[in-house]
Amino acid sequence: MIPPSFDYHAPDTLEEASRLLLANPEAKLLAGGHSLIPMMRFRLAEPAALVDLRKIPGLSGIREDGGSLRIGAMTRESELEKSDLVQSRYPLLADTTRVIADPVVRNLATVGGNVAHADPGNDHPAAMLAYRASFVAAGPSGQRTIAASDFFTGPFSTSLEEGEILTEIRIPEAGPGSGGAYRKFERKVGDYAVAAVAVQLQLDGGRISGAGVALTNVGLTAIQAGAAEAALVGSDGGDAALDAAAEAAAAAADPTDDHRGSADYKRAVVRVLTHRAASSALTRAREAS
Amino acid sequence: MSSHQISVTINGEQHTREVEARLLLVHFIREELGLTGTHIGCDTTSCGACTVLLNGVPAKSCTVFAVAADGAEVTTVEGLGNGGLHPVQRGFTEKHGLQCGFCTPGMMLTSKALLDENPDPSEADIRWGISGNLCRCTGYVNIVKAVQRASELMKENSDG
Amino acid sequence: MAECRGLGHSVQRKEDARFIRGQGRYIDDIKLPGMLYLDIARSPYAHAKITRIHEDTAMAVDGVAAVITGKTLEGFKLAWMPTLMSDQQMVLPVDTVKYQAQEVAAIVATSRYAAADGAAALEVDYDPLPVVVDPHEALKPGATKVRDDKDSNHIFHWEHGDADGTEAALAGCDTVVEQKMHLPRIHVASIETCGCVASWNPVEGHLTLYLTTQAPHAIRTVVALVTAHLGLAEHKIRVISPDIGGGFGGKVPVYPGYVLATAASVVTGKPVKWIEDRSENLSADSFARDYHITATLGSKNGKVTALKLDTVADHGYSDAAANPSKFPAGLYHIATGSYDLENAHVSVDGVYTNKPPGGIAYRCSFRVTEAVHAIERMVDLLARENGEDPADFRLRNFIKPEQFPYQSALGWEYDSGNYGAALEKAMDMIGYQDLRAEQAEKRARGQLMGIGISSFTEIVGAGPSKTFDILGIKMFDSAEIRIHPTGKAIARFGTKSQGQGHETTYAQIIAEELGIPPEDIQVEEGDTDTAPYGLGTYASRSTPTAGAAASIASRKIREKARKIAAHLLEADEADLVWEQGKFHVKGSPDRAKTIQDIAFAAYTNHPQGMEAGLEAISYYDPPNLTFPFGSYICCVDIDRGTGQVKIRRFVAVDDCGVRINPMIVDGQIHGGLTMGIAPALLEEISYDADGNITGGNLMEYLVPTAMETPHWELGETVTPSPHHPIGAKGVGESATVGAPPAVVNAVVDALWHLGVRHMEIPMTPARVWNVLNEHGAAATR
Repeated sequence: MIPPSFDYHAPDTLEEASRLLLANPEAKLLAGGHSLIPMMRFRLAEPAALVDLRKIPGLSGIREDGGSLRIGAMTRESELEKSDLVQSRYPLLADTTRVIADPVVRNLATVGGNVAHADPGNDHPAAMLAYRASFVAAGPSGQRTIAASDFFTGPFSTSLEEGEILTEIRIPEAGPGSGGAYRKFERKVGDYAVAAVAVQLQLDGGRISGAGVALTNVGLTAIQAGAAEAALVGSDGGDAALDAAAEAAAAAADPTDDHRGSADYKRAVVRVLTHRAASSALTRAREAS
Repeated sequence: MSSHQISVTINGEQHTREVEARLLLVHFIREELGLTGTHIGCDTTSCGACTVLLNGVPAKSCTVFAVAADGAEVTTVEGLGNGGLHPVQRGFTEKHGLQCGFCTPGMMLTSKALLDENPDPSEADIRWGISGNLCRCTGYVNIVKAVQRASELMKENSDG
Repeated sequence: MAECRGLGHSVQRKEDARFIRGQGRYIDDIKLPGMLYLDIARSPYAHAKITRIHEDTAMAVDGVAAVITGKTLEGFKLAWMPTLMSDQQMVLPVDTVKYQAQEVAAIVATSRYAAADGAAALEVDYDPLPVVVDPHEALKPGATKVRDDKDSNHIFHWEHGDADGTEAALAGCDTVVEQKMHLPRIHVASIETCGCVASWNPVEGHLTLYLTTQAPHAIRTVVALVTAHLGLAEHKIRVISPDIGGGFGGKVPVYPGYVLATAASVVTGKPVKWIEDRSENLSADSFARDYHITATLGSKNGKVTALKLDTVADHGYSDAAANPSKFPAGLYHIATGSYDLENAHVSVDGVYTNKPPGGIAYRCSFRVTEAVHAIERMVDLLARENGEDPADFRLRNFIKPEQFPYQSALGWEYDSGNYGAALEKAMDMIGYQDLRAEQAEKRARGQLMGIGISSFTEIVGAGPSKTFDILGIKMFDSAEIRIHPTGKAIARFGTKSQGQGHETTYAQIIAEELGIPPEDIQVEEGDTDTAPYGLGTYASRSTPTAGAAASIASRKIREKARKIAAHLLEADEADLVWEQGKFHVKGSPDRAKTIQDIAFAAYTNHPQGMEAGLEAISYYDPPNLTFPFGSYICCVDIDRGTGQVKIRRFVAVDDCGVRINPMIVDGQIHGGLTMGIAPALLEEISYDADGNITGGNLMEYLVPTAMETPHWELGETVTPSPHHPIGAKGVGESATVGAPPAVVNAVVDALWHLGVRHMEIPMTPARVWNVLNEHGAAATR
């Protein structure tokens, strides 16, 4: 399995990268490459050019600033795994990172790549929806911020425009009473999810005041389960509320039959995982209160 | 179809070559430099036979373009012992952590990086750490023991 | 004298020195001057007529030197090649492709990359034809016919045993259970794929073939037979099997790629390398299993009495199974297993479908896994039907130690066994009664936990040459040992290690017999120019055959050494006593000569009239097969929400007779167990109705990682083989054979109270959840 030929560019600036993308409509961005390169080896992707982001400064790093956790798009998954900040304050993100592909892949795979590749099987999109994250994009007309809920427009497609490059991911800063969890069910390590559920909760005086629930690999994109969120908000997080949220999440899922299981099965897994993720998120939110 | 001059330091030695953009790092290592200890087992980043240390961290060299490794430091199995035998190599032999030997270079490099970060890993840590490297022969039990043995040897070395 | 570390010592492996330094020499590491690379264009259709191959589209690619099609090969009468089972398969199709991913054309180029570009660029016109993928459908009248040269899709009917007697015995049983089961297609997925480097020397008319093969000598003979009409003769063919990155049976067959690389080397006059990629490996190389079994087992008064197996075997488009010639279903008729029963009958009907050809072992001795799966599932069912614990039922129905050698109802003579001891040991190790108590408690709380047993008997070491041959070549194996003047040795074998550690194990056998330490013995295999002829390594046959040959050859050397020692010690031969490594004169232990002294004398001071040198060769024809056995107990927990089966504990008690290197034996069992649970829980190669493969890469073909693999707990009993020179039986495959039904029995045990009686494999979470859901037992949290 040998990739087809292409022209390779490794610009030093975002502006140059953006210009190269505009000049080469058949070009693709190269970040960690762990989704793109296998597709090229199977010749399912045959980009005429690759624009490698590796030389552009400032695209990597994890910090809290201005009320957000800011993650550079080129930050490796393993950096999230090793980040004390992420591990101590952003459990949903920590959970998610830990189940992406396998430990060696995570050394090169990037957070931005996982998000922007927009594979419905990728794990970060659901986590970002549950977090109410936003994405910073730089392009020919400057910089703009896109809400996660507006970002994923279809399988492998996003609202990024021609020449736009995802540069940063912003997650609302963790405050007291917040907690989340990601529960992924996979057939083995390295597999895409049969289904996975991201839950982010905010507690206020013992009650859930805010909830994000989103689903992986049970639809054409990651799915934000609004009805599940509604079932949680205002409740005390008791089993009845969790059951209702799980039921709503299962209803929001839109899976198809495939070798990972039937649509019915995947919906059942969503139901189970929603309960488990919410329960874990609740425990964590209480601990953070 | 572009080609590029790259300079990669492999096992401490710098190599400068003109390469086609699409050349995979694993083929650069194996075919251009003749370091055949790095193996190829799949096309989907699943098996880890091609694992090398890229700037110190394990990476699947079948999923990296050589051109993107320009300026990088790479360690392959040939550079693991640095003349002698690395404790990981001794651990794998002493505990029978290899059979056919094909996954072994990648498995050892992943194990070395694991021990560099976590000198005293539990069985669960090791199983988790090597879960990106497939072995079809050993059933992993003896690989776990090999990494634990390497951990002991590394401690003995640092105590001594 | 220094310890010679023969049998029973966990000697560190000699081969590791190169492997841990990255200095193994595998097929893709071989690079010859001027070498070209070959890639293969493959069919996107499972059945189609090729209307045109546009060779120019590939030739137009930079670096492409040649395109080889079926028409090219037809000119050399090489478009078809014979299989081991008297069938034939295409090297390249002349007009029709029969399965998806079948080879369509070979592209030869100056680099690996150019060859791949050529294969991608090649345009081929196809007219798709109807497809048949289900063997039951293929047997129906009017089914799409897979093979143009055959009358129907029915390849063969084979049966063994007493059909009438078995029917009569079943009719007389008070308890009869019947169960259908499918052992789906799986793939060995060795981490190294297959490949070759063919180097044709037109001046000398000599062919060197570096090949990923488990059987280099047999391959040389096959090549000589199929190319004789082209003037290639066996003395002009050298097959070299370099280090092999895992075999498991997948490197026994001759694949079209090997023939193509050879043809390409002849056509271009240059060495040609072909290395298949993982997708080609999984979608075109020989598969294993694919048996659809209907099993019936009956008992009378709690005693197992009669077994019947009727089987439909899906062989794909050609019967390219790797079996001994006389056994179209391999050793499937070991199916009476560990039980003393008087009546048995097995039948197999082979069927063509539009799938890749094959029928190899997957770490098993010729279909033993299918047999063991059937009997161990059925014994479990029958025990329950009798209202008895499966362990107690087995213990009562086992062949008893005093019954060995035991004549089975299907005609085998089991060499030795003590089945009860192995099961009781496994029960002790896992705490069987405590687990049963825990299970009852958990069940009361709604939790699903199961305990499953498998008490298998294997049949390995083919074989006695009166019954076992491959293409007429008898299945002996060989050892040639030469002792050098300084007392060091070289030993060469007809087998070929693929990770089993032959370089160490064989050296230990010789060390035991001659007292030369293993590190003083160089072991070589795999080069047909130097190694003695043998049939190769598969079916756990190396220790039973070549290992025995090592003993016998060593003993021949010892007899000559005795004569030399008598000469040196000026004593009568009959007065000499052998103790490991030296002869001494009876009653005078100080009057002794070591094997090293004797070796030196064999070249410097041998008796008048004796030929110089100290060497021997043995072609060992085993008097019988060996019958390793064991008892495995698996404990699982099932997640009622997701259907996931988690193996909590797995105890494996193996009896492989005398253990040569306990460390290596344990390693073989660990690996075998992992390849046992894999098909039980994860692995399957399946096809949709159009014959498209689903699982042709390692994203979808689920080889277990360290996370899916439990911590194996091993135990042993030792019941030597009475006919093997050192009492060893072979161990490489026992665990793969024995483990799957233990897992299935555990899962069925966990679900028994719900009314579940059987689970098909692989027991994926989705499949288990469906069963839970059907029985109202799926949880929502």
